[in-house]
Amino acid sequence: MAEPVQIDVAHVARLARLNLTEEETRLFQAQLGRVLEYAEKLRELDTSQVEAAAHAVPIFNIFREDEPQAGFTVEEALSNAPRQANGLFVVTKVVK
Amino acid sequence: MRAADLPALSIAELRTLLHQREVSPREVLEALRSRIAEVEPAIEAYLSLDFDDAFKQAERADVNLPLGGVPIAIKDMISVAGQPCTCASKILQNYRALYDATVVRKLRAAGAIPFGKTNMDEFAIGASTENSGVKLTRNPWDISRVPGGSSGGSAAAVAADAAFGALGTDTGGSVRQPAALSGVVGLKPSYGRVSRFGLVAFASSLDQAGPLTKTVRDSALMMNAIAGPDAQDSTCLNDAVPDYAAGLERDLRGIRLGLPKEYMIEGIDSQVRAAVEKAVAHFASLGAEIIDVSLPHTEYAIASYYLIASAEASANLARFDGVRYGHRAENPLNLFDHYSRTREEGFGSEVKRRIILGTYVLSSGYYEAYYARAQKVRTLIRQDFAEAFGRVDALISPTSPVPAFPLGERSSDPLQMYLADVFTNAANLAGICGISLPCGFAQTENGRDLPIGLQLLGKALDEARILQIAHAYEQSTDWHTRRPPLDKDNDQPA
Repeated sequence: MAEPVQIDVAHVARLARLNLTEEETRLFQAQLGRVLEYAEKLRELDTSQVEAAAHAVPIFNIFREDEPQAGFTVEEALSNAPRQANGLFVVTKVVK
Repeated sequence: MRAADLPALSIAELRTLLHQREVSPREVLEALRSRIAEVEPAIEAYLSLDFDDAFKQAERADVNLPLGGVPIAIKDMISVAGQPCTCASKILQNYRALYDATVVRKLRAAGAIPFGKTNMDEFAIGASTENSGVKLTRNPWDISRVPGGSSGGSAAAVAADAAFGALGTDTGGSVRQPAALSGVVGLKPSYGRVSRFGLVAFASSLDQAGPLTKTVRDSALMMNAIAGPDAQDSTCLNDAVPDYAAGLERDLRGIRLGLPKEYMIEGIDSQVRAAVEKAVAHFASLGAEIIDVSLPHTEYAIASYYLIASAEASANLARFDGVRYGHRAENPLNLFDHYSRTREEGFGSEVKRRIILGTYVLSSGYYEAYYARAQKVRTLIRQDFAEAFGRVDALISPTSPVPAFPLGERSSDPLQMYLADVFTNAANLAGICGISLPCGFAQTENGRDLPIGLQLLGKALDEARILQIAHAYEQSTDWHTRRPPLDKDNDQPA
């Protein structure tokens, strides 16, 4: 039987830049513990000689001709911006 | 033909009428709009409709094109220029797409008319459409039940004759499973067969767009329009596209169908099992050879799938940061607070859960144990299919172990919901193609009929073959001709 998996949800939430309420943190802790316990099933298999499959089909970069194409105008690019000014995205201050 | 009868037509029937100028694209749109107005209060399949724009397209429609004048519904995860593309998420509630996804551009080039965006589980994460951040969609066969998911709006709309056909996306079963639960045909193309440019990404090594339709022929007609290479998607294969409708009429003599013994597991609803066993016997009577096969790593597919899909989702959803588009939290204290509260306010519960799971399995110290191991198991699952397809032309199984379940029944237990994809998600891991089509009905205790879906899996790029096999079954049965009882006693939520 697999060991119960302890996941530090508060720490992971900081890594993911995602605020959680205390209730969500507790709930996810329990639910994801069960999901990871289920995932322990994968340990039953000996995968030491198996190559990882990052993709379903082994295809690699398919290139097209590098020709200039029309892109968005400034107005179009900004049309979904939550905040904008002077043709620019307004972002939250990152330097003191 | 009366206008009120138009919405029940298949795409193939409709295009014949359009081609012969017996109806105009405008008349078709008017009939569809009336049908949507009639059934939408009960099923709520759509997130947005733009008939003003659709009528303008109808004025210019060239009915000589393969889908000329045919309205097609689009899952709200696929970009249609000028229309909302919310992924049923609050974080994108005011977002409008600036360009057409390649699949939409190709549908338009074939003459089709996009007119509305369908409901879904938020960012396609879910198997019941209950994770929509906007509203619940109900199963047209029993509106107290889910339509399946994540492409539940597309499936419910087609089932209720509120769309002639629709696009969905399938990351672990999100086209096939709602097709099964709603009683329509759903095709997941092979990885790389259909462009993903303009789709909002969920799990990039698994996602594919595919059609939901009333018939197998309609599925082939939509595939003819959307399949093929795309200079804007480097994961899209350059292989030539066959005419998927051309080979449909071939018979099944010489076709070998594999029955994976691991798929007839405990926990399959007895009526689902009986319907699938009957379908297998029917295939034998049509001349197909039935062969027992084994996919020994089946029981590891769900764990592998959920680790990989969650990891990729956590990376893809990192782009929702409230800077260039989407919701942004008010008055952030600093950049960390800006990101963390924007995402807290914008994402729903299941999306948050997957972001946490995905971030965890990718984080330092756990990567090897979970993500890397899941990818190795994925190799084993792929090998299982390669071996099976050395012996058979297609595999046959239920699409879902159960028919449509009641709203709310599974939403509080994520693991239970994840098990809903048990027969579908291995195909995404292996990059192969799959189709679900109606193969019978289960009766509920209160006497309702719920559709049962049969899944056929084919090797990569073998869509033409599974369409042919599905068509032979469909044309020799009458399940696809049944319609949900929306007009009678199904108008009150149970």
